[in-house]
Formats: sequence, structure tokens, C-alpha cells
Amino acid sequence: MANGLNLLFQFLDSFAFIVLAAAGLAIIFGIMGVINLAHGEFIMLGAYATTLANIQFGLPLPAAMLAGVAVTVAFGFVVERTIVSGWLPNAISQRAIGRNVIEPLYDRLADSMVATWGLSLIMVQGVRITLGNSLDQIGTPLGNIAYGGFSYSLYRVSLAGVALAVLLGTYALFRYTTYGMRARATIQDEDTARAMGVDTERTYVTTFAIGSGLAGLTGALYAPTITMVPGLGSSFLVEAFVAVVVGGPSVVLGTTLAGGLLGAINATVSNLFGTFFGRIALLVTAIVMIRFLPDGITGFTERLRDRLQEGA
Amino acid sequence: MATETSAGSPADGSAGRLGRVRSYLEGPNTVGNSRQFWAGFLVALIALAAYPMLTNSYQVGRVTLFFVYAFLGLSLSIVWGYAGVLSFGQVVFFGVAGYTFGVISVNFATPAGITGAFVVGVLGGAAMAAVLGYFMFYGGVRDVYVTIITLVSTLVLHTFMAQTAGDEWTIGEAALGGFNGMPTIPNLALGVEGAALTFDNVTYYYFVLALLVGMYLALRVLVNSDYGRVMVAVREDEDRTQMFGYNVKRTKLTVFTLGGALAGLSGVLYAAWGNYMSPGVFELTFASLPVIWVSVGGRKSLLGALAATIGIEYFRNSLGGELAFVIVGALLLVFILGLPGGIVPWVDEKLVPWLQRIIQSRSTGAAAAPTEETD
Repeated sequence: MANGLNLLFQFLDSFAFIVLAAAGLAIIFGIMGVINLAHGEFIMLGAYATTLANIQFGLPLPAAMLAGVAVTVAFGFVVERTIVSGWLPNAISQRAIGRNVIEPLYDRLADSMVATWGLSLIMVQGVRITLGNSLDQIGTPLGNIAYGGFSYSLYRVSLAGVALAVLLGTYALFRYTTYGMRARATIQDEDTARAMGVDTERTYVTTFAIGSGLAGLTGALYAPTITMVPGLGSSFLVEAFVAVVVGGPSVVLGTTLAGGLLGAINATVSNLFGTFFGRIALLVTAIVMIRFLPDGITGFTERLRDRLQEGA
Repeated sequence: MATETSAGSPADGSAGRLGRVRSYLEGPNTVGNSRQFWAGFLVALIALAAYPMLTNSYQVGRVTLFFVYAFLGLSLSIVWGYAGVLSFGQVVFFGVAGYTFGVISVNFATPAGITGAFVVGVLGGAAMAAVLGYFMFYGGVRDVYVTIITLVSTLVLHTFMAQTAGDEWTIGEAALGGFNGMPTIPNLALGVEGAALTFDNVTYYYFVLALLVGMYLALRVLVNSDYGRVMVAVREDEDRTQMFGYNVKRTKLTVFTLGGALAGLSGVLYAAWGNYMSPGVFELTFASLPVIWVSVGGRKSLLGALAATIGIEYFRNSLGGELAFVIVGALLLVFILGLPGGIVPWVDEKLVPWLQRIIQSRSTGAAAAPTEETD
């Protein structure tokens, strides 16, 4: 019984961690064709901003979290304009030498990975230089749930609710807003979308800012539970990338299903054999999934739906 | 890499034996196919051979490390630049080989044991690459997903090695040591008792230099051979290469395994250089280095990988301190955005012809332009 509860909490914890770690990455990857290897560092930025706002400037925790998100959104905007789209350097070079120097990184997967990796090095080292090797940490709120001889942090379990809210919010954003419609049009056919009057450039900027904001939110939410070191982002990377690979092209559904599946696997294996084997299980799952479902779970469900419709 | 003019045939009439040797080494897949290039190569080699006599042993040890890293750079150049498989996991093979060498050589600290450890270490790197590559390439993993899997492998191995502090992770006399790493790995020795060469400092420098030059030339022969052309074809268009009847998966696996062996060689040399191995080699900062070297130097050029590895490491090491990684990261960013091909191909395609045009316009009456490729 106690171990059953343990497993349930571990599942909720893993589910929340995977979904929150992957959400921002999945949106940017799915819509812009950019793989942001600095994703972990965006999370780190959100966590640092939250911690500093809470401890240095004395904001209450929820407000500090909002500040963390805001900082990351702003940073994401700057990164999009200077690196991903090359808008700023190109504007300068147009003036100086009359031509563009940078090709936008949209849909250049490998190049975007390498470039953002450079960015992540700069961010980790930059933070280490300016703020030192570690920061004081915010205490984890909400206390523990005790049962039998065990206890589990209530805060971490309740993050599963936040993860669900993020997924629902993302779904609503893409399904019901004008921005969402434009974004979906841009994924489907960028040229046609532009011909129909969609400002795809603006869609990209907004998307990158939203993705960054989600990374910042993840950092803000986990700030009270993890050690504040400049390299903390890398602890999110495994889960984030595996979830994106397993989830496939459809962002919201893919991340939900991947979070559920991987969360279950991770929780069960970690529960039985320890956290290291939990991670190994994630890696193996990713390789097996790509073997049998090269387009991820949602690629498979889409094909299934097409076939059912043809049959009907 | 644009022209095919000198592919497979000796450059000019002065053939002879030297021309035949050159015909193996030269082709459209490598930069530097002129007589001037080889003259420069020879001068650089003599300078490097004389270097230990001109400086102290600390500097020699430092430069040896850059040479050791150069094998790692070459391994990524082969895998990514020539076969089109972007791997963030070269350090996995580097680390696995280094640890293998460490475990065996600590347990059998005789020349014969260390020689065996050297061989097994390199094979260990290759085997690791073969297993991972088999599951990826024959499992239908392609393009950017390969990159993600290799990256995740690096992170997983880091988690694994960092938790090996306990006594259960002692193999024979060798403790893996978790975060503290494995100290007391012996120097490299080759041979058996009685007739063994033990390498330290200056002799190690010459050993690594000789190995590096030999490896560079051997890889040039490989990429300019028919097999090298198949590799490049796979990089350019997998489906079309498949249509021509080549086994794309097998080619990628073979090249990936070769890359693993090269990275493993680098790892073994690294472990013997510092007498030390730690999970730090699986950290993302270290894993990013090969990508930086190869991107900046020019991934489609062996010479670029070689020169940029040594150059950037020299620069990073001299700079030292905290700012080094910021600058190196910025370097990567600037190059991948502004000059995606890298420095060496740019020099070969733009700078050299431009210099030649200037020289030509000064010397009057020069008729046909002797360009780099047709020399």
C-alpha cells in the first residue's frame, strides 16, 4: 500500500518534470524547426531570476516566479532577434556593408543546435562569473505528505497539476487564439501562410518568446526544489529531449502522451532500481520508440486517424 | 571541394613515385592539393619536431595535450564532416576508452599489460560506437534524432560515472572513484618486459606527434578513396546513394565505428597523458569542444579540424581562467552564423585564389592561371 502510494507520487512527480521540462522545447521545435540546446540554460535563467527576486529583492514567491518568467521571455525575445533570426546583426550589416551576414536558423536543425550550444556555454559561464558557483536556495513550500514510514514533498506532487494546466493552456492557445491559428498555418505551409497575409516573422518571434517563457516557468517552479548551480539546466535536458523525440510532431498531444508514458516508465524503474536506471530506461525507450514509431506517438496516431477516415 | 580536376590522378607530368603517393593523398575531398601545400606541411612538421628542443618540458606537455585532442577533432570531422552524422557523443567513446585503459593498466602495470590496455581501450571505444551506432542506424534513427540520442548518451554516462564512488565499483585494484575520478593511471608503454618503450614527456610528445601525422595522412587516403566518395555521397543525399545501390546504413555504421576508434585513441592517450580520468570528460562543456573545433576549422576538411583543435585549445589554455569558455562559446556562435563552412575551406576557396590573383596581376605576362587545384 505504502509503496503503491510511493509509486503514484513518483509518477506524478516524473510526469510533471518531463512535461514541464519539454514544453518550451517542443513548441519551439515544432513550430520553428529550431532545436534550442540552450533550453536548459533558459530554465536556469528562470530559476535564478526567481531565486534572486525572492531572496535579494524580497518579493513573495508567486510574484518572484512571475518575475522569473518575465525575465526569460525578454531574454528569449532578444535571443530570437539577434541569433535565431539574425534580424539585429543583419540590420546593422545592411547599413554598414549593404548585405545580410546571417541566414536565419529556421528549419536548419543541425546548425541551430550548434549555435544554441555556443549560447548555452556563454550563459553557464557568464552566470558563474557574475553570480558565483552557487546561490542560496528558496525553501520548498507546502511541506510533506507523510504516510506509513514514507513522506513525499507535497509541492512536487502538486506540480503535476501545474503541468496539466500548462498543457491545457497551450492547447487553448493554439486552438482558439488568432496567434494559434497563424502559428498552425505557418507550420503547415509557410509560403502560403505568408501569401495569405500572415506575418510569419512575427509568429516566429512570438513562438520563441512563448517557448522561452515556458522554460522560464519551469525554472521558476523548480527553483525551490533544486540546488542553484549554473549548470542546473543540464539535469532537465535528458527528459526534455527524450519527451520531444517520443512525442513527435504534434506539440500538445505529443508532450502529454510522452509525459504520461515516460513518467510511468521513469517512476517504475526508478522505484525499483534507482534514479540512474530510470534515466537509462528513458534512453532505451527513446531508441525503441524511434525504431518502431519514427514520427513519435502523434505521428502514429495521425496515421491511424487517416486510415480510419479512408476506411469510413 | 568544388572541383574534380585532380581527383585520382597525379598532378602533373613530374609523376614518378612521389606523384603516385600524392595521387592517393589528394582529391576533391581534402584541402591542400598543391605542391606549395606539401612544402608548407613539411616546414610545419620540422618546426613541430624541433619544438621540444626550444622550450621547457611544461610547454611540451601542454602541446602534447593539444595533439591528443586533435584525434578527437579528427574523429568528429570524419563522422560529421564526411559522413554527415552530427554526433555530440564523441566524448562517450573518448571516456569509455580512457576508463578502459585506466582499469586495465592499473591492474596490469607492466609494459605488456599497458600495451594490451592501449589496444583494448581503443577497441572499447570502437565497440561502444558500434553498439550505439547499430541500434541507431539499423533502428532507423536519422538526422537530428541521431544527434539527440548521442547527446542523451553523454548525459546518461555522466550520471553513471558520477555515482561510481562506492566500493562496489572497484574492478580488481582499480577504483572508478565517482566524481573524484581515477588517479594513478600509468604512463603509456609499448612492448613486453625487457624490450619496452616507456613514454614520458618529450618522448610522449614525439610518439603522439608521429601518430597524429600518420593518422592525418591515413585519413586523407581514406576520404580520397572510393570509399571516401561513398561517405561524402551519404552526407550529401542518403536516399540517392541508396538508389545507386550502396548500403547507407552499413556505411554510416562503419564510419561511426571508425570515429569511435579515433575518439577512443584520443581518450587512451589522454588518460596516459594526465595519468587521470574523471567523469568531467562526459560533461556538456567538454562534449561541446569537439563540435566547436570542427565547426570553426571547417568540418568538411580534415586539416581544418586538426588546425582548429590545436589552435583553439592553445588559445583557450593560454587564456585560462573563467572567461575562456565564454569566448570559445562566442567563437562557435559567430562561426556557425557567419561562416558555416569554417575557416580552412574559406581560406582555400576565397583567400588563396584572391592572393594568387593579386600576385598574378603584379607579375606581367602570366598566361594561364595556375590555380590551387590544377597545380
